[in-house]
Amino acid sequence: MSDKQQNQEDKFLAPENRKHTVIGPEGEEIHVDPLNDYFCQDLPKVEAPYKGILEKFLNWARAESLWVLAFGTGCGSIELPPLFSPRFDAYRFGVAMRPTPRQSGVLIISGYLSVKTLKRVIRSYEQMQNPKYVIALGSCTINGGMYWDSYNTINRLDQYLPVDIYIAGYMPRPESILSGFNKLKERIKNGDAEGANDYAEKLDWYKANQKKIIKDWNMPSYNW
Amino acid sequence: MKEIIDHLKKRFPVYEIGEGPNGVILMSVEAAKLVPMLTSLKTNHGYGILVILSAVDWLEDCKFQLTYIINNPDEKRDLGIRVFIKREDAEMESIHSLWEHAATFQREIKEMFGINFPGSPRVDEPFLLEGWDNLPPMRRDFDTKQYSEDTYFPRPGRETNDPAEYMKQKLYPDE
Amino acid sequence: MSNTNYSWKNNRSLFPEADETGKLVVDLDSQKYIKVWQGPNHPGVTGNMSLELTVSGDEVVEAKTHVGYLHRGFEKLFERRRYIQCFPTCIRMCVPEPDTNEYNLARGTELLGGIEVPEMANWLRMIALEMARLQVLLRMVPGQAGTMGLGLPSQWGLYYRELILDRFEELTGGRIYHMYILPGGVRGLLPAGFKKRLEENLVKIESFMKDVDRVIYANTVFKKRTKGIGIIPADWIDPYGVTGPVARAAGYERDVRKDYPYLYYDQLDFGVNVEHESDVFARFLVRRKDVDTTIDLLRQIMSKMPDKGDIKAETPNVLHWKIPRGETLVRCESSRGEYIFYLVADGSMYPRRINLRGPSYAHAVTLLEKLLINANISDVSSIMVSLATCPPEIER
Repeated sequence: MSDKQQNQEDKFLAPENRKHTVIGPEGEEIHVDPLNDYFCQDLPKVEAPYKGILEKFLNWARAESLWVLAFGTGCGSIELPPLFSPRFDAYRFGVAMRPTPRQSGVLIISGYLSVKTLKRVIRSYEQMQNPKYVIALGSCTINGGMYWDSYNTINRLDQYLPVDIYIAGYMPRPESILSGFNKLKERIKNGDAEGANDYAEKLDWYKANQKKIIKDWNMPSYNW
Repeated sequence: MKEIIDHLKKRFPVYEIGEGPNGVILMSVEAAKLVPMLTSLKTNHGYGILVILSAVDWLEDCKFQLTYIINNPDEKRDLGIRVFIKREDAEMESIHSLWEHAATFQREIKEMFGINFPGSPRVDEPFLLEGWDNLPPMRRDFDTKQYSEDTYFPRPGRETNDPAEYMKQKLYPDE
Repeated sequence: MSNTNYSWKNNRSLFPEADETGKLVVDLDSQKYIKVWQGPNHPGVTGNMSLELTVSGDEVVEAKTHVGYLHRGFEKLFERRRYIQCFPTCIRMCVPEPDTNEYNLARGTELLGGIEVPEMANWLRMIALEMARLQVLLRMVPGQAGTMGLGLPSQWGLYYRELILDRFEELTGGRIYHMYILPGGVRGLLPAGFKKRLEENLVKIESFMKDVDRVIYANTVFKKRTKGIGIIPADWIDPYGVTGPVARAAGYERDVRKDYPYLYYDQLDFGVNVEHESDVFARFLVRRKDVDTTIDLLRQIMSKMPDKGDIKAETPNVLHWKIPRGETLVRCESSRGEYIFYLVADGSMYPRRINLRGPSYAHAVTLLEKLLINANISDVSSIMVSLATCPPEIER
C-alpha cells in the first residue's frame, strides 16, 4: 500500500487504531501498528469439497447443527426470541443462538440494513469460521422492501454478502423462519449452500460493492 | 393561560399566536429573543420540560422553522414556540444549558438539516449517519430516491402499479 | 458491600483525575483503563446500538452511546408518502409496540383533517393499545431478570406474550405489525367469542405473574443486583425529559392517560403506580404493578364497551386527501413512556414534516451516558433494560 493511500485510510481511523508508540513498564518504547498487529491479513480460500460419501457425511453434520449468531440487525429480530421459546422451539431442529461470531455458523440478517450496520455485519461475517451460511429475512433484504427509496438502507443484500436463503415477508413469522431453516438444511445436504466459497472466489467484486457505499472504510480489507 | 400570553406579549416580540387543533398554543418569536423567552418561561412560569425540538424546511420561502415545544407538568399545558431562521449558513443559539437532552435534538438537527448550534455538546460528531458526504439528508432539495437509485443497486423488475396514479387518471384528471 | 458504592455522586471514583475544567483525564496508554465496545453485536445490549465504555477494573469511568445502526430516514421518506402511505413505515418506529404509533399518527391526521371518530372505534382502539402494552410488559418484566442470567422467567414470559399475540392475530391478522388503527376509525369489529378467549388468557397471565413474583420478586440475588443500581435523582427527571415508568419510579405521578386524557381513559378507574427509590428495582416494581393495572383496564374496557356501532368515520379518499395547513402535537402513553408526534401540514397531499419522538430518545442517549458512570460493567445491560431502551425509535 502506498503512503498516500495509507494516509487516506488513516483519516477515518479511531485514535487508538493509528500507529502509535507505547511506553512499557520499564521505559522501553513499543511501536504498535494496530491494523497489522491485531488483524490477520490472509485472504479467504475456496474450499474444495471432499469426495463421495465423506462429503455427504460432512454435509449432514453441518446441516444438523446450525448455530445462529445473535445479532439483531433490524426489526426481524423481534421474531427471533419467540423462535427459541417453548412455543416454536427451534432447538429441536438443531438451531441454537450463540453470542459470538467465532462460534456461530449462520448469520441471520433480520430485515433492512443501514450502511452503518452493514459495516459491522461484514466484519461479523468475515470473523465467522467456515462452514458459514447467510439467511436473509424479509423483503427489505431482497429489494429494499418499503425502504426501497431510503438514502440509508441497502436494497439488495446479495450485492454485499453471499446469501444462501431468502425468507420473504415483512416480517416473516416464526413458522416461516423454521421452514427457511429446513430449506437451508436441504441445500446444505445437497451441497448447494456454497456461499462462503462464492465470497472467497468473487472477493474483489464484493469488496468493490461494499466500499462503494461504506465511504469511511477504516478496517483491513478482509479482517478476521 | 391568557395571563402568560399577555405577559409574553408585553416582554417579547411574539406574533402569529394561535391555537392548534389539540389545544396547543403556538406562537412565533424572533430568533434573538428565543433563549431569554425560554429561560423566563422555564424559571418563572413552570415550563420545565422540553418536549420536542423540531426543524421544518420551508424551501420555497428559503427559511428553516425551528419549533420548541415546552410543557408545564403542573398545569398540564403545552406551549409551542416557532423561530424562523434563514437557510444559508443556518445557525441558532444552543439551549443545552436549559435542558440537558436538548443536546441530542440539536445534534440530530445539525446532522439532518445542517443547522449549527455552536457550543452544544458533541454537536459536531455524527449522530445517525457514518461517512456521509452529501447534502444533509432532511433538506428538501436532497432527493432520497435519486440517491438510492444511484447508490444501492436497485433490483430490476420492480413494477410500480401505483394506485394513486391510477386514481388520479380516473378520478382527478384535471389536477 | 453496600450498594451505595455504585450510585453516581459528585466525587466519583477517584481513580481517573479531573483537570481544571472538570473533564476527566483518561489516558488509554497508561494501561489503567480499557476501552470496551458493548454492541452492536453483543448479547448484553437491547436492540442494535452500541456503548463505548472506558473501564477501570470492572467499573465504568466513561460511557458514550452510539446510535444510528437502524436509521432508515423515516422523516425523509414521509416527504414522499401520502398520509395513508406513512402508516406502514411509521409503525415500524418501535418494533415491540407499534400500536401507539398507529394511534398517534391516526389521531394527528384526524385532528388536522377535522374527522370525528365514532364511539365504538375509540373503544376498540383502547383494546388494541392496552393489549399492546400488556404484551410488551410480559416481555419486559421477566426480561429484566434475563439480563442477570435468570433466563427461565423470560422464556415463560415469551410464552404468555404469544397468547396476546394470538388475540392480536385474531383481531387484526398480524402478529407484530397490526395496522389496525387507521384515520377515521379501526379496521374491524371484535371477532365472535374474542372477549371470552381474551378473558381466559388474562386469567392465565394473572397466575403466571404470581410465579414471576415468586421467582423474581422474592429472589435475593435479583434484589441484591437491582437495589441501589442505576439511581436517577428526582431532579434529573425534567431536564432530561424522562417520562413514563422511569419517571414514575422516581416519585413523579405522571401518566398521559391521566394528565391529558385521550380516548375514553377518563371513564375508567385506575391509579398511577408510583415508587420512590428510582433504582432498577423500583422501575421493575412499577412495571410489575402496571401489568396488574393493564389487566384490570382490559376487563373494564371489555365490560364498558358497546357491542355494536360504527367503526369507521367517513373520510375523504385517503390517497387524495388534502389536509389543510396546520400544526399539531399528539401524545400517547406507551408501556415505556410518552410518545409524541409533531405534525406539520402544508395543505398538500403529502405531510410537510412529521417528527416522531419516543421515550428512548430521552432515556437512552444523554441519560444513559450519565447513569452508566461508576456502574459495574455487569450491570450495564440491566440498566439499559430498566430504562426500556429501544434503539429504532431513537434513530427512526
